[in-house]
Amino acid sequence: MSDNFEPIIIGFTCNWCSYRAADLAGTARVKYPPNIRLVRLMCSGRLDPTFVLKAFASGADGVLITGCHPGECHYIEQNYKALRRYLLLKRTLTQMGIEPRRLKLVWASAAEGVKLAEEITKMVAEVQALGPLHWPHWENAATLLEGDQNMVLETEEVLP
Amino acid sequence: MTNLTSPNGKKERIGVYVCHCGSNIAGTVDVAEVATWAGTYLKKEGVVVARDYKFMCSSSGQDLIEKDVKELGLTRVVVAACSPHLHEQTFRTACNRAGLNPYLCELVSIREQVSWVHSDKIAATEKSKAVVTGGVRRVIHHQPLEQLHVPIHPATLVVGGGIAGIQAALELADAGYPVYLVEREPSIGGHMSQFDKTFPTLDCSACILTPKMVSIGTHPNISLLTWSEVTQVEGYVGNFSVTIRKKARYVKDELCTGCAICQEKCPKKVIDEVYEAGLGYRKAIYTPFPQAVPKYPVIDRQNCIYFQKGTCKACEKFCPTNSIDFTQEDEFITVDVGNIILATGYDLFDARRISQYGYGRLANVFTSLEFERLSNAAGPTNGNIVLRDGVTVPKTVGIVHCVGSRDRNFNNYCSVICCMQGLKFAHIVHERTGATVYNFYIDMRTAFKAYDEFYQRVLEEGTLFVRGKVAEITDAARLPGEEGRLIVQVEDTLVGKQRRIPVDMVILSSGLQPRADAKALAKLFGISCSSDGWMIEKHPKLDPVATMTEGVFIAGCVQGPKDIPTSVAQGAAASARVLGRIQQGEIAIEPIRASVDEEKCSGCRICNDLCPFSAILFHSDRNVSEINPALCQGCGTCIAACPAGAISGTGFSDLQILSQIDGLMLLGIEHSHPA
Repeated sequence: MSDNFEPIIIGFTCNWCSYRAADLAGTARVKYPPNIRLVRLMCSGRLDPTFVLKAFASGADGVLITGCHPGECHYIEQNYKALRRYLLLKRTLTQMGIEPRRLKLVWASAAEGVKLAEEITKMVAEVQALGPLHWPHWENAATLLEGDQNMVLETEEVLP
Repeated sequence: MTNLTSPNGKKERIGVYVCHCGSNIAGTVDVAEVATWAGTYLKKEGVVVARDYKFMCSSSGQDLIEKDVKELGLTRVVVAACSPHLHEQTFRTACNRAGLNPYLCELVSIREQVSWVHSDKIAATEKSKAVVTGGVRRVIHHQPLEQLHVPIHPATLVVGGGIAGIQAALELADAGYPVYLVEREPSIGGHMSQFDKTFPTLDCSACILTPKMVSIGTHPNISLLTWSEVTQVEGYVGNFSVTIRKKARYVKDELCTGCAICQEKCPKKVIDEVYEAGLGYRKAIYTPFPQAVPKYPVIDRQNCIYFQKGTCKACEKFCPTNSIDFTQEDEFITVDVGNIILATGYDLFDARRISQYGYGRLANVFTSLEFERLSNAAGPTNGNIVLRDGVTVPKTVGIVHCVGSRDRNFNNYCSVICCMQGLKFAHIVHERTGATVYNFYIDMRTAFKAYDEFYQRVLEEGTLFVRGKVAEITDAARLPGEEGRLIVQVEDTLVGKQRRIPVDMVILSSGLQPRADAKALAKLFGISCSSDGWMIEKHPKLDPVATMTEGVFIAGCVQGPKDIPTSVAQGAAASARVLGRIQQGEIAIEPIRASVDEEKCSGCRICNDLCPFSAILFHSDRNVSEINPALCQGCGTCIAACPAGAISGTGFSDLQILSQIDGLMLLGIEHSHPA
């Protein structure tokens, strides 16, 4: 075991561009760190913000969203929707106390295997520098949730 | 949170198959360990068998899966091998043969995404386990799906009337199916119509091209739309609806006989930048060349005296059939087609960008296309090879190879045709003028049939070859004999010396570039182009004319630089692919679609505006949205956006993806100890 912190990053890829870029990086034997694990979606527009939160909740230290370059979406314009969600997610994560740099958006066309590999390498180093994400364990989260529920109940009592 | 039972509530029986891919995977990933691990630790997920095998995609590999499905009663299959873009279909078909719905199989990539990109064996093995776990967790929630079948409209749209497009259109039309051939210039013919000779056979380019052009013009199955551009593409494979702008010709084609009197009488001479590469003139009403197809001219509005000043109408006065119509306007037509072939060709590299070569500044530096026109018997000099003054025959000619190609300042790629083009020029110059010819080359690339023999022939003719990249072309004479001439400064790498070679004429064998509007074209047709701008084929070796977008094919230089025989072959190949589709009558497409659970839909209509394909209908009577599966393309944006969680998508459901994330997170990262 290495003493260094090894982050795990979940990467969401678009079937038409970035997944192919990952294939291309493979075919060209471009090396990048093994810290990334990819999930294939049909389009970055499929990215439900829940997926990102789920990845963090399951223990990921970073999440990479990838999609086609603006204007090159296989489904015309859905990557713009991914962009919107990404920006919202950044703000949401900040409010949750998660460093926004743990979430990254990269446009990678099917031809940009090298670029994708470089971005992954960069992101792994960045998240490594940030250190592990100390997301509360699920058991603790459950008690937190209970606390929240109490708070809601209290508020309801106060409100007319 | 993690749900290990499938929707029907029973525990699945899963088989895991880990491929060695020879040493491609097994060289970096301990595949046996991954299989053993999966068989032991993923039991509670339902894994009943886990095997590793040398080549899962081989027939014995597939047999292994089929046998297990039948004998062990597997209900789900996970294959850990290469990218699903390569072999997903293979393993789905194997499952299908064994009686398992093909969509209950999941292929996870441990080659492109693990063994080929990582070198640490332990880390790669651990990641493979995580990837397999992700696949296993995901496959539990797969559902049996049936492919969708859509009818194929028998008509085809071919975009681009160069040799690749011409070939494609003729193949389809000869097979008996309707073709719309759209060309943006007034005539079809493309770059090939500008050439004098074709290498290596030295066939007269026009002599072999024009019969094909005539066939296009007269073919009953071809609707030729020149001076036209595609403005909009809607629909999907089998059922595209394409809007085409027919630019106003100001000539009634039903009346015009192509007598060309209008071109004779038009008083306005215009430098022809397109067809004559700026070396010759045309009129404001023109056909680019005498053999143009169709024969009807167009009026160039920007240069027409009538359109600019309000008087003239010489063409109208002299037209014997009253075909001139100054009131014509652009017309938009919509055609239905089942498939599309893009053959839009290339642009020539702009030699002005290499300022040290002096093109545009030094009169007697010519581009390859200019030389084609200069040497063409139908060109501005009637085929006389002369300097820019129009009379002087050069005594020494230098031909510079790789202009704008194999140069990291411009284009990294080799433009394929320039070496042979340079040799062709050398032969023509030698034959017509007897001049001394120098070829300045980096490497001679004369692959393909009869090409190297042609090189030998040009060598024997006495053409001189200097190996080295030309540094500069200048008119600044330093040595006696250089005055008034062009001096080619070059390092002769074979003798290791700098040389100054005075010549009278320089021909720049310019490289090929993607069309300036390649990106817009890719966007219009929903395909991808590389960062260079060449369109990306589905597979660089095994599927060179298909694209990732079903029903859109590419042929010729739109895909990358290539010579005429290859362009013709690709045009024919693309039409063969289309013909196969048309003759089947319908095509099976992936059943990845979204659907709305009306019980959960609140009628908020958020999804309605998100769909770029207008696939979501709102029923105001029932206050629910509904997705039309024929229009839905399966991107899943509406699924992600539905606040009520009422939309679900086949193949990529929330449950499938969330479960996969869970699986992927199961293991941390371990490294091998440094030796």
